[in-house]
Amino acid sequence: MDSIWYKILGAVVSFIVAFIVGMTYMGLSRKITARVQNRKGPPFYQNFIDAMKLYSKSTAIHHGVMQHFGPAFIMVSSVMTLMIVPVLNDGRWFPNLNFQGDLIFLLYIMVFGPLGMALGAGQTGNPNSAIGVTRGLSQMVGFEIPWVMALVALMVQFRTTSIVDLMDVQAQSGTWLMFTSPFAFIAAILAMLGMFRYSPFDIVGAPTELASGPMSENGGKYLFTMMSSGSVFAFAKLTLYVDLFMGGADNLIVLVLKTFAIYLIPMLYGVVSPRYRTEQAIRYFWGWPTFFGLMAILYAVFF
Amino acid sequence: MNDRNSQKIVDIIQNWSRKHSIWVLAYGTGCGAIEIPPTMTSRYDAERLGVRGAATPRQADVLLITGYLTTKTLKRVIRVYEQMQDPKYVIGFGSCTINGGMYYDSYNTIKVLDKYLPVDVYINGCMPRPESVLSGFGKLQELIADGKANGAQKYKDNLEWYRENQKKIIPNWVMPDYNW
Repeated sequence: MDSIWYKILGAVVSFIVAFIVGMTYMGLSRKITARVQNRKGPPFYQNFIDAMKLYSKSTAIHHGVMQHFGPAFIMVSSVMTLMIVPVLNDGRWFPNLNFQGDLIFLLYIMVFGPLGMALGAGQTGNPNSAIGVTRGLSQMVGFEIPWVMALVALMVQFRTTSIVDLMDVQAQSGTWLMFTSPFAFIAAILAMLGMFRYSPFDIVGAPTELASGPMSENGGKYLFTMMSSGSVFAFAKLTLYVDLFMGGADNLIVLVLKTFAIYLIPMLYGVVSPRYRTEQAIRYFWGWPTFFGLMAILYAVFF
Repeated sequence: MNDRNSQKIVDIIQNWSRKHSIWVLAYGTGCGAIEIPPTMTSRYDAERLGVRGAATPRQADVLLITGYLTTKTLKRVIRVYEQMQDPKYVIGFGSCTINGGMYYDSYNTIKVLDKYLPVDVYINGCMPRPESVLSGFGKLQELIADGKANGAQKYKDNLEWYRENQKKIIPNWVMPDYNW
């Protein structure tokens, strides 16, 4: 059971699951947004059709080598994040690369994708891309602070830097971490609003303002790569939240229910919110989310 | 199964996905652009047919030319069209793109859009209501499904003729070459 082929098969299967679930979530978000706006909306599988069409488009754009590598970097970052995050509790069906300290590694690798995108977008020479990248990096400075604070609080509280250990803590005590360390959960959820880049934090790829920002020169297969890596990354992030704060999941159905419950938070918040300006977004993240992050660290140190 | 048959199956699948996912670049220069917001928003909701706005020409499938086109904007429209990636379609929107409409004797609008860009579908009316816009998209979907929306191929085959017409309108031709 421990052969390398088994692990490779598990990685491929978890990638396929992440792709399908992530794409379905994106489609459902379009449907729910439409229903909120009193429209009928596209079918929930519309994103699969879009992906198929984008893949069948020709692509004859050349701005330089980095432009071709940019989407690949994002894909690599998403897949690496997915490989680190344990998908299910027992880990028999989806073996992953867990090691002591993977939480710290995850903090680094989640930033790698946007940086690769920045390199790729910089090469295209489109001014909209440059502005989008600037905004994205500024926003990342905003939401990374509460997010890192929440994770550091968890690390201090339970004296471990491994996701599997944190899941074991929850399995042994029987309560979820969102109840045993509530401030870290609140800070992490507020940071997630920026991580998902839905409105009001869609300042990076604002379609009407920046012509979709960093991907404005990318059409066809590049956009397909970005779209699918976005879905995979969304699934990985949601699974990470479920693992850290909601005790993981025993089977795929429970996982889908829990991740969708978390996914509803940024989506429904975005449906009813207009877009922030860049400095408003950063001020938001350095306000209450950072306060809750600080509270989480104090709570972890003193209790 | 030989190669031709497998290609046929791939074409059917690709055309089906193209038909149900139309990303529109609405080139809103003319007055017809005012009919696009009701088409896209709650009242008529074009998104249920897979019609969605695209932000840039690189991502778009359909160039929607809404109404009259002045000689000045023609240059920009040609640049936008040549930046789009295959397969791409053009929808002429309103009477002005067909024969000049109410600007038939104007000195600074072009009269027949088809002489400068290959139009796949015309939507007539001055201006067409959202219902007719949706029916135009439906016609385009039919053409795509049958594989008959080949305006881009026509443009490539008759590029000299189109260029000649375009250069009659645009005297100082400083345009980059696109290797689409």
